[in-house]
Amino acid sequence: MSTISLHDTHHDDHGHGHHHETFLTKYVFSQDHKMIAKQFLITGIIMAVIAMLLSILFRIQLAWPDKSFPLLETFLGKWAEGGRIKPDFFLALVTIHGTIMVFFVLTAGLSGTFSNLLIPLQIGARDMASPFLNMLSYWFFLTACLVMMGSFFTQTGPASAGWTIYPPLSAVPKAMPGSQIGMTLWLISMVLFVASSLMGGINYVSTILNMRTKGMDLWKMPLTIWALFLTAVLGILSFPVLVAGVVLLVFDRSFGTSFYLSDLVFGTQILPNEGGSPILWQHLFWFLGHPEVYIVIMPALGISSEIISVNARKPIFGYHAMVYSLMGITILSFIVWGHHMFVTGMNPLLGGVFMITTLIIAVPSAVKTFNYLATLWRGNIRFTPAMLFAIGLVSFFISGGLTGIFLGNASLDINLHDTYFVVAHFHLVMGSAAIFGMLAGVYHWFPKMFGRMMNPKLAYLHFWVTFICAYLVFFPLHFLGLDGVPRRYYAFTEFEFMNKWLTVNVFVTWSAIVAALAQVAFLFNFFYSIFRGKKAPQNPWDANTLEWTTPVEHLHGNWPGEIPTVYRWPYDYSKPGAEKDFIPQTVPFSQTMSSNLPHDFEGNEEAERIQKEWEAKNKPVQE
Amino acid sequence: MSLRKLIVNKTMAALTVLFTVFSSANAFAQEAAAAATAKPVDMGPVHQNALFYVLLFLLLCLFIAIVGKALKVYELTRETQGKPEGINWNTVNAVIFALFLVVGLYGVYWEYTVHGTMISHMHEAASEHGQRIDEMFKLTLIITTIVFILTHIVLFAFAYFYRASDKRKAYYYPHNNTIEKIWTIVPALVLTLLVLKGFLTWRSIFYKVEDPKNRAINIEVTSSQFLWEIRYPGTDAIVGKKNYKLITAINSLGIDFKDKNSLDDLMAEEIVIPVNKPVRFILTSKDVIHSFYMPHFRVQLNTVPGMTSYFEFTPTITTEEMKTKLNDPKFNYILLCAKICGANHFNMQKNVRVVSEKEYQEWLTKQTPYLTNDLRKAFNLPVPVEAAAPAATEAPADTTATAAKVALDVKNQLALKK
Repeated sequence: MSTISLHDTHHDDHGHGHHHETFLTKYVFSQDHKMIAKQFLITGIIMAVIAMLLSILFRIQLAWPDKSFPLLETFLGKWAEGGRIKPDFFLALVTIHGTIMVFFVLTAGLSGTFSNLLIPLQIGARDMASPFLNMLSYWFFLTACLVMMGSFFTQTGPASAGWTIYPPLSAVPKAMPGSQIGMTLWLISMVLFVASSLMGGINYVSTILNMRTKGMDLWKMPLTIWALFLTAVLGILSFPVLVAGVVLLVFDRSFGTSFYLSDLVFGTQILPNEGGSPILWQHLFWFLGHPEVYIVIMPALGISSEIISVNARKPIFGYHAMVYSLMGITILSFIVWGHHMFVTGMNPLLGGVFMITTLIIAVPSAVKTFNYLATLWRGNIRFTPAMLFAIGLVSFFISGGLTGIFLGNASLDINLHDTYFVVAHFHLVMGSAAIFGMLAGVYHWFPKMFGRMMNPKLAYLHFWVTFICAYLVFFPLHFLGLDGVPRRYYAFTEFEFMNKWLTVNVFVTWSAIVAALAQVAFLFNFFYSIFRGKKAPQNPWDANTLEWTTPVEHLHGNWPGEIPTVYRWPYDYSKPGAEKDFIPQTVPFSQTMSSNLPHDFEGNEEAERIQKEWEAKNKPVQE
Repeated sequence: MSLRKLIVNKTMAALTVLFTVFSSANAFAQEAAAAATAKPVDMGPVHQNALFYVLLFLLLCLFIAIVGKALKVYELTRETQGKPEGINWNTVNAVIFALFLVVGLYGVYWEYTVHGTMISHMHEAASEHGQRIDEMFKLTLIITTIVFILTHIVLFAFAYFYRASDKRKAYYYPHNNTIEKIWTIVPALVLTLLVLKGFLTWRSIFYKVEDPKNRAINIEVTSSQFLWEIRYPGTDAIVGKKNYKLITAINSLGIDFKDKNSLDDLMAEEIVIPVNKPVRFILTSKDVIHSFYMPHFRVQLNTVPGMTSYFEFTPTITTEEMKTKLNDPKFNYILLCAKICGANHFNMQKNVRVVSEKEYQEWLTKQTPYLTNDLRKAFNLPVPVEAAAPAATEAPADTTATAAKVALDVKNQLALKK
């Protein structure tokens, strides 16, 4: 607590405008958490657009495998000779699309943006625990993005062994062109990225634990903060394992070690590596990889909890259950990684164990879903753009979550593993759902970030086209998977039984193109509104959380005077007896005597006595 | 108001200008196309085509902009006239959610019936354990479909019925421990059922008790970029040892012919298995990880270099029976690669035939053994007289390493001959 008060006096003494801000320190090497959040967001959006365009490219190949598009050659050169994407480049597209989306968009873009923006603002802190580390976190992230994109400008092309880069395919340069310099760059990029996310994560955790304002105990934190906190913990515990795995892979690739390699023969050339196991990589990778999908979805769930509560004008149903289910997911996510490896040939006993832990994770997920539904029940739902996306998230989370029950079952996974069923599953549950959480967050906190409002009507258009098209893209893909069509296939032309899916592929591709075009509405809305949007009011959504008590115009240190004190939980919406349908966290109970409930006082007898006295005095007056 | 209208007009004018600029760019493109006819691919029409679509999209944007402006004008007029907000967007979105629910439910029904029936092999699994997997699948499908439909009905119905209204206030209802307990315990119970059944199915697939009267046929499959090599055990029913260090151009599997069990091993171009007899696939890989995937039998297991894995199952329907069942004379069982393995991952296939025991035995007699004369020489084994060897007479091969070297020599000689 002493550090906080010191921090406060510092700001009171020196005031603002004392230290000059140059363009460079304000916009580029900024240490202000709000600016860093914007940097993360805009970089994330740019990477998302790139990854989306990559996906359109490979969708075109899948839909029209025999057709030539000379324009592709104009843009891609030798990778699309004769206007047709080459198989190697197809795999590169799939790989880089996955990598960018999972790590750069849905981890850094989502968690990075909203952790940076919301943690200090919602817990009542001047800034992050370590603003400098925070800045470094962004710059490592940006460097990682640049290195990854740089791999497109190499002779042999970017990494193309799939985003999970299983060795030996990724470890032996002659296994595929993408495993040459492209894979080296992928690994460098990933080490930088993990460094970035660790710096971010440590910062988030220490800020949340040490710098909450007066009165903000853990059970008064908004669910966004809970989700971001647990996400950061998950990241800190799991990302280092990926680095360990990556370093070993670098050793195998460049220094002749055999951690992952053994008994390899390419053509007739026998490689000298002996004693390693490719399965080791899979264990290390998925030890991160599975928590990673929760790193992706949990912030989205936190954001949607907040948004659904604000816009249903109702407290989130089962706040404690929501937190406990997040904790349950956090813990369980560490012991389910093996469900990615049911058919690797690992001991079947392990398969059984991982099946049990995996299916248990459906319980907290179900609790969250039901709580969302209960929050909507008898609400007074305002369909702000953010709310639409939050409801979309719930829908995707259900649809994708349910198919997870098939894949988590080891015996069903035998036939579904690595097919389009998996593609459909995770694109719904962690792809679309997390992206919708991110978009919901952007629409909701845009006024806080830029002091202006986005155009709601364009946002409606954006939501409906995206929502419908996402289902049109991913729902039919389940059936391809059930028919046994494996993923990462360059063309469906070589197998008789896949021919019947060609028309479906055309349909899916067109839906994807329409969905991509709908993002233009978002991009235009976003960038236009930064400069020309309507000026935002102080509290545009009538929300309770602390961030809406800060001035619309940003200032370093967030609050001009003292940091407000928190008296209540963040979900007092439509409380009976209250004047308005929301009571901000900063309003003490003494000002809301007419709406206080017995459990508000958490057993504080003195407060209960005062409340009873007041009620005794006021009751006859009302009647 | 007139100012507003002026702005609207200005935006429209600007967009029209943009439009004309693009149209003239189109004209320029045509000229450029005419100039560049010498190129192998005439890019003119291509660019024209691309530009056409870009224009089409811009036109769409223009249309959306006009609609947006019109809406704004409408709302502003209402505002200036002091009337309430013209369009209640809460109601609009709520109605679309309701529509989405109805259309979506029909869409799901359509998907289940149309795409669902397009799944050829889903009618019936062609193996014993596959039928158990299908049972498991059906149970899961029924449960998840019910939950899927119900939760979506609830979600979108709530969105529709509880849309914002000034007359109503939301119901303050922060928690209810009983309800929460119920919807923790019920999913937990349902999942316990699924886990138990899944666990039993899984065990029955991978924990096989060997029946001495009905021993499984061993078949070895070796994957490499991008082909499957099949080895049958021959008369001794045992697939001989192999060692990757012995791999040469003529011994692509690295079979160790010092092991007597290897001598009668047979090479096969396709996988042929007898119906109703257990087969045990011995799976290995030479270079990268592949995945041995036969969807009709519900069989998949990765082939991992440096590790041998096994999948045992019993096919129950012959290819011919399946052809009549599916009424598809072109039907064939298939082996695919399901793990990304390189450029030709999408075309790494092998034909699989399930035949009667008799046909199987007949087919076996036609297969050639792996052991060729060249290999005999390389391994210092007696060579049948009719095939005299020109090379490799001085091979005192004793250790595996020299054997490999000799084999390489042989390969070089063969190359020279060519």
